[in-house]
Amino acid sequence: MQKQETLTAVAISIEGLTKDYGGMRAVDNLTLSVAEAEVFGLLGPNGSGKTTTINCLTGILRPTAGMVRVGGFDVQKETGKAREIMGVSPQETAVYPYLTGRENVQLFGELYSVKRESLGERVDQVMEKVGLIEVAGRKVSKYSGGMRRRVSIAMALVTDPRIILLDEPTVGMDPQARREVWDFVMELRDRGKTVVLTTHYMEEAEDLCDRVGIIDHGRLIALGSPADLKAEYGARDLEDVFIQLTGRRIREGA
Amino acid sequence: MRIGRTLALAKKEWKRILREPAFLFIIILFPVMLTVAFGTSFGAVGGAQSASLSTAVVSLGGNSTYSQEFARDLQTTGALDVRQLLDNQSAQSALSQGQVQAVILLPSNFDSAVKSFESYPDDPSRWTNSTVSVYLDKGSILSAQVIPTIVVQVLGQGVLGVKPSTQALPFTLSTPSTVKVQGTSVFQSFAPGLFAFASIYMIMMVAQAYSSERENGLLKRTLVTPTTSGDIVMGSVVSYLVIGLVQAILVFLCVYALGYHPVAGPAGLLVGFFVVTVFALCNIGFGLITAAIARSAGAATGISFVFLMPQLFLGTFVGIALSSTAQAAGRFLPAYYVTDALTSLFTRGAAVTSPTVMTDLFVVSTCSVVILIAGVQVFKGFANR
Repeated sequence: MQKQETLTAVAISIEGLTKDYGGMRAVDNLTLSVAEAEVFGLLGPNGSGKTTTINCLTGILRPTAGMVRVGGFDVQKETGKAREIMGVSPQETAVYPYLTGRENVQLFGELYSVKRESLGERVDQVMEKVGLIEVAGRKVSKYSGGMRRRVSIAMALVTDPRIILLDEPTVGMDPQARREVWDFVMELRDRGKTVVLTTHYMEEAEDLCDRVGIIDHGRLIALGSPADLKAEYGARDLEDVFIQLTGRRIREGA
Repeated sequence: MRIGRTLALAKKEWKRILREPAFLFIIILFPVMLTVAFGTSFGAVGGAQSASLSTAVVSLGGNSTYSQEFARDLQTTGALDVRQLLDNQSAQSALSQGQVQAVILLPSNFDSAVKSFESYPDDPSRWTNSTVSVYLDKGSILSAQVIPTIVVQVLGQGVLGVKPSTQALPFTLSTPSTVKVQGTSVFQSFAPGLFAFASIYMIMMVAQAYSSERENGLLKRTLVTPTTSGDIVMGSVVSYLVIGLVQAILVFLCVYALGYHPVAGPAGLLVGFFVVTVFALCNIGFGLITAAIARSAGAATGISFVFLMPQLFLGTFVGIALSSTAQAAGRFLPAYYVTDALTSLFTRGAAVTSPTVMTDLFVVSTCSVVILIAGVQVFKGFANR
């Protein structure tokens, strides 16, 4: 099923996105848009094309066909401008282990050319937000997995970006830490930020996302709010919808 | 490309080196330890600049006046500890057991050769030609380099009273050497090569740094910010140029403290440091190529030896002890020209504008820039792998 929704203020627009790796099609003619101040969940089994889609959104991958616009900028042609308004927390907990939590966040602020006068304050704010201000001066190699992931999120938010891409933001976190990230995502939405997140936790998607898109084998197979999808498929929760659409067979690959 | 991003990435790299024990060891501590180890092992410690190699002299014509004089002159050079033995067999035995580093065999016509030269110094046709055999301990680098030269000097200036470089002699040496080592320790000849030796390990560090950042997603993460691959490479260039300079200063301080006092003036020292610093660009380039080929940081360590070992063996002080073929092969490697430039400037006292130094500088600079560009291009293609 391919749906396209018309939204008044579009933050992200994907039109006919196709990405091939050699002979394998990872994303197949994907079309969707995400509205400003919306929390959008991109769901799918392993290897369904979620991360490839995120990589096309960030411009790290060049699509085989189709167009991606972020904040009105064509990601392929205006990559720099698109990246300036985006914050990305990737699937891997990509943090520098030999830097402190604060230094990691500060470095990314500097890479985004955040003004030196305001950077220190901004770094403290995001470290506070992710609950790491007390240990901000400790080397990340001493952090737990959940703490590292929170640093990773802080790095994505240091510029206070308009659009935030969170690729599996709560993987490896304990329930308390996960709940903190959820609260944080809600707060981002309340502040008018657009959030696109991928997750394997259906309850997370159900609680956080205004809308979700389920993709499988690179194709969009469902799109709508969790409530609408549950009603449409007669399911008691989003996980039921997901299983109905993608089957029970275990998938391998990222 | 923004200078702020470049500096931020350079600062990050300096922190890595200072905080990661493996990096700190290879980049900073290793050059210091290596220099001190070589210094103490090869004669720089203790103030004496003499090699004091144990050498046996055997006169097949008996203990004649001239052979005695030759042995006495050898001893007075201060470089050799000379003892006279009666026969070649016992001398060869001492040599094979490492009791002496060289055996000098004076032929039975040694005295005749000296007398013929003294009688007809300008008429070589009337000389009695004689062959002096020098047997060297193959396990002693210094003996191979120093003793033949000293023997020729002593035969000429000591026994015959002429300069062997300007006057023909009635003697032939069976193991001639063209290396000029004037009464110095091995350390004196090794010291310039230590600078390149220390710097070459940068290849491994750069390769590891980039491979691990690619492996754990940091490189990709950096590239989804407004940072360009040019910013990332410039960050590395700035950080490793500074590190190259710091390494050069540390090695210099160590070799100086251990008794190697370069004869170069301020200009020579500056050019020397410049050559070593520019050489860092070459190592960054090789490091990037290694990182592009390697699929992991561990693999990068192994692959880096492909670029590292030839330079270590053929382009640094190690090359001094190698065959002429190996030394010729070294001419295809940038490290060779770094060592040659430093030897010319620091040991031989060559002027910074001398053809040798200028050639070395040109080769090192050109190779470094070309290899860096090649490294950037190759790595860019693999950065997102």
